[in-house]
Amino acid sequence: MKLLLDRIDEPGLNTLAVYERRGGYQSLRKALDMTPEEVLSNIMDAGIRGRGGAGFPMGRKISFLPHGDMDKYLVCNADESEPGTFKDREIMQKNPHMLIEGIVIASYAAGISRTFLYIRGEYAMQADILEAAIAEAVEAGYIGERILGSDHSMSLVLHRGAGAYICGEETGLLDSLEGKRGNPRLKPPFPAIEGLYHGPTLINNVETLATVPAIVRLGGKEYAELGTETSTGTKVVSVSGDVQRPGNYEIDLGIPSRELIYDLAGGPFPGREIKFWFPGGSSSPVLTKDDLDVPYDFDSMAKAGSMLGSGAVIVVDDSHTVLEVALKVAKFYAHESCGKCVPCREGTNWTLKMLQRIESGEATPMDLDIMASVQEQIIGNCLCVLGDAMAMPIGSMVAKFRDELEAEIEAARERAEGAELEDVIPIGVADEHAGPYPVH
Amino acid sequence: MSATGRRPPVIRFGHGSRVPGWDDAVDLTKAPATIPDPALTPVPPGLKEQIEASMAKYPDRRSAAIPALHAAQEVYGWCSPEAIDQVASVMQLTPAYLTSVATFYDMFSTVPKPRNDVYVCTNISCSLLGADEFFEAMLAAAEGDLDVNVQQFECLGACDIAPMASVNGEYVGPLEEADAERILEDLRTGGPVLEHKQLRYRRSADPGVAEEETDFGPPDRETTDMADTAGLGPEGESVDRPGPTAAIEMTTAQLEEHPEPEKATDEDTHAAGETHGEVEDEGPGEKEDGE
Repeated sequence: MKLLLDRIDEPGLNTLAVYERRGGYQSLRKALDMTPEEVLSNIMDAGIRGRGGAGFPMGRKISFLPHGDMDKYLVCNADESEPGTFKDREIMQKNPHMLIEGIVIASYAAGISRTFLYIRGEYAMQADILEAAIAEAVEAGYIGERILGSDHSMSLVLHRGAGAYICGEETGLLDSLEGKRGNPRLKPPFPAIEGLYHGPTLINNVETLATVPAIVRLGGKEYAELGTETSTGTKVVSVSGDVQRPGNYEIDLGIPSRELIYDLAGGPFPGREIKFWFPGGSSSPVLTKDDLDVPYDFDSMAKAGSMLGSGAVIVVDDSHTVLEVALKVAKFYAHESCGKCVPCREGTNWTLKMLQRIESGEATPMDLDIMASVQEQIIGNCLCVLGDAMAMPIGSMVAKFRDELEAEIEAARERAEGAELEDVIPIGVADEHAGPYPVH
Repeated sequence: MSATGRRPPVIRFGHGSRVPGWDDAVDLTKAPATIPDPALTPVPPGLKEQIEASMAKYPDRRSAAIPALHAAQEVYGWCSPEAIDQVASVMQLTPAYLTSVATFYDMFSTVPKPRNDVYVCTNISCSLLGADEFFEAMLAAAEGDLDVNVQQFECLGACDIAPMASVNGEYVGPLEEADAERILEDLRTGGPVLEHKQLRYRRSADPGVAEEETDFGPPDRETTDMADTAGLGPEGESVDRPGPTAAIEMTTAQLEEHPEPEKATDEDTHAAGETHGEVEDEGPGEKEDGE
């Protein structure tokens, strides 16, 4: 069933006129006729889990917000920068009003009057489209004071980032939105208690919020019928890498991964075979071709030793080495580590250096053990999960492809030695009369 | 990186440090850098209004730091000390605070940079499909062009068009090595960059997305201001805009106008100006390989 990508290629869907013609903002009207508690219970019943990476149920997140008259904030996390993920981009670019409607409904359910949309700076076109759409929605009275004659008022501000992966982490994003360097904060207090400007803050991913109009339209219980029992609903999955038809595919959660990779995305190129794949962006532990029949949902992925993450499948075929991919992963996280916590700052850096040693032929198999232990020391020891996000895939690559990495170490060493021997310039015969060093 | 073979030597300062001056004593005779006096810091009027409008949007004026630096970088081309001083005077913050923000984010540059940005994504999905080779080709093509800043960038969120690049914010892909020259050519002429490969015209890959009503032709090239199908049409035109996903196939007439680079004639490369020397350099090299 298509909820998010439903006829998304319709011309002009990014304008209010076309969106309304297709029944847009009817969910908002329906929601405003209900009490906020009823809307919230619909979201609870729907059981939708956060689509940004952590998979925390959205309804419970809202219920953590304290009641009262203090300033509360809703922040839509559109800083989509997990390598391999591009689902939010397509939603924002082609159907911005669906996201806006979701934000308005969520703010009503949670009793929030100030909302922000933090979009990554690189998404210039998407930000322009959203800005135009927000202006249209304000004009039409869907955003503003006393929306559609109800008691609910809210404002929506679009905030463009400036290129930092760490700002996708919720507390890093809050710092960045407050105009600081995007360093993550210590938790607790969690943002639901003390977030933006020290006020209670609800942070949700674009896809999560964009699903809210569909939940209200269908009703929470109806929505929960989709997908599996613990991973309800549909999910837009970004498939990329060595597949024939990369792109966004909306699936009911729980279909076999093989169906997603082979039937929808076309599988690997002719003559190639899948070597391994990331099921949830570059920060998820890799799975091999033996895991292709694992159902694609939150719990099955966790059981298989990985995670659904942001729902970005990256397929790597057998024409690439594990080392090559590991280097890319490590380089990315070493570059993006904000430097606040030592295990992450040093761990990512040294992992990269160790991988480079393998490449240049200076490593020994012992380095793999050291590398694995470095990963263990990163996990769980930092304020945010950026370090873990490198440690988990690298750790899983070392564990699952140890033989190949050891062979790579050996091959690289021989290559390097060969190159050294070629560089040696003969300078004559050694002095045959020279004895061993004198012993005193 | 090592793959590019262009790793610059690490510059070392006193005590082997990579950071200059960290162990130098503070110059006590110098006045501390405080918030610049608005009366003594002239700010271009447009910029000032833009920053003030951003500040008004947030409960805390500091939130406008990133939008304000974006605006200043737009005016000056980079976050120069003068630009940061001007933002600081409008926002009533210290220049040090804004510098700390500007140095954190990849899109701000605290050193002068060329006007045109070509960010080439070299992250996993793109590099699996040849982004490193394209980056090399792009670097080689743009070498000596003072107007183009070619930079490796982390995942830009468009792995479906991998390998891809963002040219002044416009996403293009999937790229081949030959596209590097075309990008530069389009930048010089000032037209849309590699238009038939722009992300904005790409349809959804999901086969379940119904194709009814999506059947419209490519935008009309004759009236150029209608060509922006991202829905950001000319001002004042609100409803009848073509959708974001009009698939563009190059017509035969356009193919004549923009011939495929490998088929480019000598006249074309000479018309491009600065690069013809390199093209000639490459020619004999390939011949030698062939022999």
